[in-house]
Amino acid sequence: MTSLAGLGPADLVDPDDRARRRVPLIPVLCGIPLVAVLFCALFSGWLVPDAAKGDIYSARLPAGSPGHLFGTDQVGRDILQMSIAGARTAIIGPVVIALGSMLIGLLLGTLAGYRGGVVDLLLSKYADLLLALPSTLIALVVAGLVDGGYWATVAVLILLFSPTDIRMIRGATLSQATRPYIESARVLGLSSRRIMFRHLVPNVLNVALTTMLLNVAFALVSMSALSFLGLGIAPGQPDWGRQLSDGRDLLSINAAASIVPGVLLIVTATAINLLGDWWQERAGVEA
Amino acid sequence: MTGGSWGLARFVVVRLAATVALLLVASFVVFGLLHLTPGDPARNLLGPRTPNPETLAQIRAQYHLDEPFWQQYLSWLTGVLHGDLGHSIRGNVSVGALIADRAVLTLQLAGLAFVFTLLIALPLGIGAAFRAGSPMDRTVSVLAVVGVGAPSFAVGMLLIYVLGVQWRLFPIYGNGDPGWDRWWHLVPPAITLAIGLAALVYKLTRTAVLNELRQDYVTFARSRGLSHRQTRQLALRNAMIPIVTSLGLVFAFLFGGTILVEVTFGLGGLGALLASSVTFKDIPVVQAITLLTAAVIALTALAVDLTYLVIDPRVRQRATS
Repeated sequence: MTSLAGLGPADLVDPDDRARRRVPLIPVLCGIPLVAVLFCALFSGWLVPDAAKGDIYSARLPAGSPGHLFGTDQVGRDILQMSIAGARTAIIGPVVIALGSMLIGLLLGTLAGYRGGVVDLLLSKYADLLLALPSTLIALVVAGLVDGGYWATVAVLILLFSPTDIRMIRGATLSQATRPYIESARVLGLSSRRIMFRHLVPNVLNVALTTMLLNVAFALVSMSALSFLGLGIAPGQPDWGRQLSDGRDLLSINAAASIVPGVLLIVTATAINLLGDWWQERAGVEA
Repeated sequence: MTGGSWGLARFVVVRLAATVALLLVASFVVFGLLHLTPGDPARNLLGPRTPNPETLAQIRAQYHLDEPFWQQYLSWLTGVLHGDLGHSIRGNVSVGALIADRAVLTLQLAGLAFVFTLLIALPLGIGAAFRAGSPMDRTVSVLAVVGVGAPSFAVGMLLIYVLGVQWRLFPIYGNGDPGWDRWWHLVPPAITLAIGLAALVYKLTRTAVLNELRQDYVTFARSRGLSHRQTRQLALRNAMIPIVTSLGLVFAFLFGGTILVEVTFGLGGLGALLASSVTFKDIPVVQAITLLTAAVIALTALAVDLTYLVIDPRVRQRATS
């Protein structure tokens, strides 16, 4: 085949294409630990069924003891098994929080952005009120005083997270609502419910996905902060935050008791955050 | 008076009214916390004391619990406005005295963390903006994501292990004696707080400086032949306005972070007091600290807005038009 105006096939390749096809570093680096943690969260009951059962005769063993790679805690529970089992409360709750608050965000955010008016005003005032205080403080006070265990804490955090989601979706909706395709849908006489859910929502999904990823990381930190303070987790239940506060008294005997869950928390939260950041940049979502 | 200053006065009045309204709503919500707690409010307020009918009646009278909700709230608010924040259910100490006692340590911790934050974040943020897109910029930006996301109590525990147990550089627990010993005790917790905060201030600084560098006057100055150094100085001076004003809010929000860090390092400040008061359901103390924090943040935000008005003529123009 003759080449077009002397151009070889190599010249037709967009130079940006090569960069795009290269294996992206951040998603792979973050994906590996996340998949591992997710696997532990889903199958911890099968992987380490006896994690929460302590053996008082092997309490306070240092890391590297035979049969206990990271040693044991005050009541003889194996730190490695506890840390694997702790992935469950660390992941399940935050994922539910991110999904729940995004559901509220999508429903109310599109409504506020598209309809405006009183709904918009009330929702933005609610968000203003919640943003008037540090979120750690609100979460601690509300979850602590309600004091209803793990799922009540999840419910409280959904309510605390939803204003940010409403705001993000509202902003994204506002920027979409003036575009020609919405105008033409309106001219065609589609009902506003149909326009909102069939046309607007699909176009704000990128914003929703980024916000959700960042929310999972933030919820993970908030939930484990509460359990570090002794809230939201039943005593004896494996949880990274709880392990950290229990492990403090063992620092000079078995430092791994608090270092292992601490590092797991930092790595998991960071991996999710980097992934969210990477997706945000790739999808061109404005912060 | 000219029309402009009338507009200015109106802006200030509206802004003041909004702050008062926000604080009123916040106080209402804070008062509602008492009723959010499961169980009889009177028994909750009594704490661990055995509830005999007389003391219960006394508590009900003291907190007007038999009256309708609105009147309870109004009498509570009147007390608060007169400086009466009630009594702690643990040991029957006045809440005001309890808080004043702890506030000093929290302020010292927050102040030290703030200084560390500025020392780390400002040079890095400015440097990264000047060399946007360079490997140094990207590395620091990734580090900032790590810093923002890492839970302070986990970072704190690692610092306790490395600085306190392994290297024995710092004491690992407690307040220390007032004076130098106290400040020495506060270094590791302040570093912990500063890591998360510096990441935030870094992002803020980088954005502000980048924003100025993109302005027309920078291009103009460069095309007039001003040196790189001179144009950067110009941009930097303008970028400092948003940075300095948002630092006020950053400082106010620092108090949220002190809760976890004080508990991690066993410090007896306001944050640790709040955490233990929540656990013990010591509602008057929880109400007082929450309200105090809301007031500090609202007043800081007000001060920031008014400072903006004073130092930036462009903002003044927008507010009055």
